[in-house]
Amino acid sequence: MKAFAELLERLLYAPARNTKIALLLAYFTGRPDPERGYALAAIAGALDFPGAKPAVLKALAQARTDPFLFELSYDFIGDLAETIALIWPGTGTPHPPDLPSVIRALHNAPRDKIPGLISFWLDECDPSTRIALIKLITGGLRVGASLRLAQLALAEMGGVEVQAVEEVWHGLEPPYEDLFSWLEGKGAKPDTQERPVFRPVMLAHPLEAPELSRLDWAAHRAEWKWDGVRVQLVATPYGKRLYTRTADDISSAFPEILEAMNFHAVLDGELLVIRDGAVAPFSDLQQRLGRKIVSAAFQAKFPVGVRLYDILFDGVEDLRARPFDARRARLEAWFAREQPKRMDLSPLISFNGPEDLASLREGAREAAIEGLMLKLGDSPYLAGRPKGAWWKWKRAPLSLDAVLMYAQRGHGKRSSYYSDYTFGVWNEKGELVPVGKAYSGYSDEELIFIDRWIRNHTTQRFGPVREVEKCLVFEVGFDAAQLSTRHKSGVALRFPRILRLRTDKPAAEADRLETVRGFIV
Amino acid sequence: MPTKQGLYCQPGDFHIDPLRQVPRAVITHGHSDHARPGHEHVLATAATLALMRTRMGAERAGARQQALAYHEPLAIGDVRVTLVPAGHVLGAAQVVLDYRGSRAVVSGDYKRQPDPTAAPFEPVRCDLFVTEATFGLPVFRHPPAEDEIKRLLDSITLFPERTHVIGAYALGKCQRVIAMLRQGGYDAPIYLHGAHMPVCDAYRALGVALGELRPATVAAKADLRGAVVLAPPAAMADRWARRLEDPVLCMASGWMRIRQRAKAGGVELPLIISDHADWDDLLRTIRETQAPEIWVTHGAEEALIHEAGKMQIRARALSLIGYEDEE
Repeated sequence: MKAFAELLERLLYAPARNTKIALLLAYFTGRPDPERGYALAAIAGALDFPGAKPAVLKALAQARTDPFLFELSYDFIGDLAETIALIWPGTGTPHPPDLPSVIRALHNAPRDKIPGLISFWLDECDPSTRIALIKLITGGLRVGASLRLAQLALAEMGGVEVQAVEEVWHGLEPPYEDLFSWLEGKGAKPDTQERPVFRPVMLAHPLEAPELSRLDWAAHRAEWKWDGVRVQLVATPYGKRLYTRTADDISSAFPEILEAMNFHAVLDGELLVIRDGAVAPFSDLQQRLGRKIVSAAFQAKFPVGVRLYDILFDGVEDLRARPFDARRARLEAWFAREQPKRMDLSPLISFNGPEDLASLREGAREAAIEGLMLKLGDSPYLAGRPKGAWWKWKRAPLSLDAVLMYAQRGHGKRSSYYSDYTFGVWNEKGELVPVGKAYSGYSDEELIFIDRWIRNHTTQRFGPVREVEKCLVFEVGFDAAQLSTRHKSGVALRFPRILRLRTDKPAAEADRLETVRGFIV
Repeated sequence: MPTKQGLYCQPGDFHIDPLRQVPRAVITHGHSDHARPGHEHVLATAATLALMRTRMGAERAGARQQALAYHEPLAIGDVRVTLVPAGHVLGAAQVVLDYRGSRAVVSGDYKRQPDPTAAPFEPVRCDLFVTEATFGLPVFRHPPAEDEIKRLLDSITLFPERTHVIGAYALGKCQRVIAMLRQGGYDAPIYLHGAHMPVCDAYRALGVALGELRPATVAAKADLRGAVVLAPPAAMADRWARRLEDPVLCMASGWMRIRQRAKAGGVELPLIISDHADWDDLLRTIRETQAPEIWVTHGAEEALIHEAGKMQIRARALSLIGYEDEE
């Protein structure tokens, strides 16, 4: 456990990506099976211990400390694991438990015994190892080492391309002894061809001014950029899965899609709520996301479908090395042949030049369209975000001037700074009403300025939330406005972010609610 | 009593660590948020006055300056004022106020950990204890500073080619880190950012040994390979530190207990070395003063007031704005 904790701590503070890869490589090479495999699983987020959720840990810590002081401390630190590790009484024993035995115990112990075990381990560990233990148990290490970095380290370990590691990855299970044995040249490459595994997706770069003028428009194909959830549909004789682009398996939340997947293929598309052929706003899809079990009534109320735009495998045939145009032809032929329910094709948009597209892009104020996608006709399907193959050309953001009303401390990197802002606009009665919450868009310097401003202009506190004097104006950018029952104002903004601080602008001159309503389509 | 100018002692007609210019000020220590320029009459320890002169110039450090040694009572009006070591930085004092048989102690900033550059804190029994609460949360438990210095020395051994740049507050922290490195057996020259040199010189003039110090600004890059450099925290983030070749950025502060805080500052080696009392020491000090009432000047006062309540002590937050959490 100590070596694992040490790795996490060094990863957290290592500034350079190469240093992190070197640290991971040294750990994977130097530590035995199954410890290294479990560590890899933890970094990859592949472990799940149902009896050990954050709430369990929080309850344990609250039982051992003053609950009021615990809440204050958690609010200050913004990280549950760290709060528990630091506030937990005592400083541990010289021989804390080892990683594999912790994992085995968590897997095998009956659920009601788990809190007692965790309590015992926390007593045994020093604060730094406690953090590692808690992060391990609850998942979500947040040490700045992604699965991607671990895969790069593994590739270096085995002297293979990182794509080869990614390819086998989703068919494997912790503690990955077959993977390590292959990479160390002691065993064969694990076979995952036919299993319903996730394939790394291809992502787009934002299209900005410098590229805009250089782009070879004739070589690119255009599609709408749909405002839904990017999904990968995988159906083989061994099983069916619906994945997000970050490889989360969301099959169980969308049973009607799974039911429609009666084919053998891997497809790329956008999950949307579609009613009578029209795409509903993202807020409708949000109703479906995050629900593990969905009733028939709910399915009927929020009917989902997939708008397809790429094909990765047709049967066992891997199409990813083919150019986009060839894949598109295969997708259309496949679609005509299979006629899958709840799916349609994202149409290609014909255009004559950049002016054509620019006006299409600006004209697209439909709620479900974020802008345009431009894809190079002769590009293969590549994992990650290759340069110069796919572009996303979002329409210009809408913006309004809003007044800061409430602030809350952030989590993670921004813990202990007030970084979450609720802002509002003036309604007909001359009251400020909240229309959204923004967590991003500001620079580090602006964050420090706003944080200090908030501390000096607090009028009231509600637990972790501070109410401030209503006099700081932000220019808030957003992608769309929607009707909402959640906010008192009756409207909500899609993807709001701070564009800039308007310290020059008096609050009374901020925007009015009717202006925001005017943005709703 | 607390006022807009800071703490005011009515029977003696003077302020303690006033936040704005006042006719008569008693200053607990030389940090710029407590010792502000331009007061008419300033009373403090000789070391604090010397440090104030170094940092703000003789004229701005008070039109009339009066030095008062530790433990020497002085009558001001009907109040008897005594300065007692606070352990925070060189010259730092608690202000003990005796008036008509009752006693209040204004502790300024203080710590209980040993510090080779500052006289150790002495608890004084009193009826009212005015305390800070910079680290007033139970998650703040500073490890022994010697252990942190040992981690630094280990890192110097591990990366003999890299420059260790340590961000440290110019007054107090910087000299404490240097003195502790010397105690830990590090006797190579230590390089200083321009902002640190005058304060170190003042410390040496006041009799604190710091070994050989050299300015880092004019030193050639090659000399700094493998060396220890101290700089103000603000210089860590800008080009000043980045100019060095492959530096190990270290930061000596109690805030380094919080990982994301250290991380956000781009620190590679966080050193939890603080000149403020941690949670356990705040509570221990309050207990030792046996005061039935405490006032909390600044910091995370809520938790401390809650805990004082559990100890049957009346507690009140002054929420004085202007004292900083920096260290």
